Amino acid sequence: MTVSTKVRPTRSNSRNSVVNFWQKHKDNILPPLFGIAGFLILWEIFSLFPGVRLPGPSSLWTDERTRTLLLYPFYDRGGLDKGLFWQTMASLGRVAQGYSLAALVGISMGILVGTKPLVNKALDPIFQFLRMVAPLAWVPIALVALQQNQPAAIFVIFITAIWPILINTAEGVRQIPQDYINVQRVLKLSKQKFFFKILLPSALPYIFTGLRIGIGLAWLAIIAAEIVMSGIVGIGFFIWDAYQQNYVSEIILAVIYIGAVGLILDRAIAYLQKLILPGE
Amino acid sequence: MQPVKTQILELTPQLNFAHNFLTLENVAKVYPTPKGSYTVLENVNLSVKEGEFICLIGHSGCGKTTLLNMVSGFTHPTTGSVSLQGKPIKEPGPDRMVVFQNYTLLPWLTVFDNIYLAVDAVHPNKLEAEKRAIVREHLALVGLSEAAEKKPPQISGGMKQRVSIARALAIRPQVLILDEPFGALDAITKEELQEELLNIWNEHRCTVLMITHDIDEALFLADRLVMMTNGPAATIGEIVTIPFPRPRDRDRIMEDPQYYDLRNYALDFLYNRFAHDDAA
Repeated sequence: MTVSTKVRPTRSNSRNSVVNFWQKHKDNILPPLFGIAGFLILWEIFSLFPGVRLPGPSSLWTDERTRTLLLYPFYDRGGLDKGLFWQTMASLGRVAQGYSLAALVGISMGILVGTKPLVNKALDPIFQFLRMVAPLAWVPIALVALQQNQPAAIFVIFITAIWPILINTAEGVRQIPQDYINVQRVLKLSKQKFFFKILLPSALPYIFTGLRIGIGLAWLAIIAAEIVMSGIVGIGFFIWDAYQQNYVSEIILAVIYIGAVGLILDRAIAYLQKLILPGE
Repeated sequence: MQPVKTQILELTPQLNFAHNFLTLENVAKVYPTPKGSYTVLENVNLSVKEGEFICLIGHSGCGKTTLLNMVSGFTHPTTGSVSLQGKPIKEPGPDRMVVFQNYTLLPWLTVFDNIYLAVDAVHPNKLEAEKRAIVREHLALVGLSEAAEKKPPQISGGMKQRVSIARALAIRPQVLILDEPFGALDAITKEELQEELLNIWNEHRCTVLMITHDIDEALFLADRLVMMTNGPAATIGEIVTIPFPRPRDRDRIMEDPQYYDLRNYALDFLYNRFAHDDAA
């Protein structure tokens, strides 16, 4: 970290702190601002070319329908006609259910596979194969098997998010340092003590890596899944619906929501990780 | 080199195992490798009396750690037998507690909880208050009462080794096994800990087996110094009885003319008779 030059104490304090903050952080604030502004300007110019159907970023404001969506995220006129906040929450609810299930099953299976080499040998080929199947490919299978939109969507989240959680947990369990295993052996620790005092804390950093990759994938998957499943409240179907009706600037607004929510989810898991593993 | 004073040297092995506490009889350890079998240790005979302090010295790669691992039960002799009080050693157990080379404290538990885990594992039926009292007593013994609530990453190497020793002593092992416990410490900390270990041993008199690279350390601590020949197929070259009366005082010992004879004898053994072969 760079240390700013000390400002003389004769100046007023509040002014100093603002100046100090700017001095310290301007190298971190200015480049991304320029980057974003440059990107938006290029995009706007591109949209002005004749024959280009993609509206520029200014359309978020100039298009009346989109402006309504932008200004009133909480409106609810019943049915599928809801503000973007509610659309996002509906998708997030599905992600929460599918992801919790993935975390629960993924961590338990990961521990089983990590501790029992024989089980690992039996199941690893299946895991390696299934994790290569794209989320969208699961949608028809889920719809046929579960017959309803809602459980099918949750299943798609589950099956997408579980692999990194499972594989990282198993790896974390396999990577328990021999030193700690030796402590267990010489003290003849009970299975329960070994699990809670050695196995789980030792594998926790790996588990969190899996959880963090998993949440990103879960969010990617729900959008894809909702686009395919028609007639539900959710940001994915909102995009599909807007596309059908050629409201392109609405799609752009929804995409901004998706990016922001994904970022928040990732940060939230990172924060949780920091909270639980302070030393890492 | 000084002429050897034969009256202070006791040449073993004595093959009188009947009354001995810990015995190694014709022990050999052979590892199979793709290029054929590799003999680490061969024809090792050692008998240790109860309450004796034994130091093992020898060049790296001579199988000292393998020898101790057979006493702790982490490995088994290929031929021959290792037995404690007449019973062959089959697996690790808290009656032969190990102070590992790299401390092996669990970094997510406090100093107190690290020791408590061991006490709790060995005395599952004692009252919690009793177990906590044992932990506090042993923390005080190594002078770490103040650091009880710290976690291992927050304390120095010397403190970690103290915790590791306190953990080992707290479960009252019959044999205390130390694998180069002070190797990574600075000279002053090392001397302090040697004196602490000796004081504790004077009070509790468990049998101690300790690997060291430091001849002065061995002369200060041990009743007998076991000197190993070089590997492969290493064996016990000689066993030197260290005659200094206890309790020992470092300065008094170093003024004793016998000290230098013993020191030179051991040095001669290590650097002339069994000089380290660089190719090994």
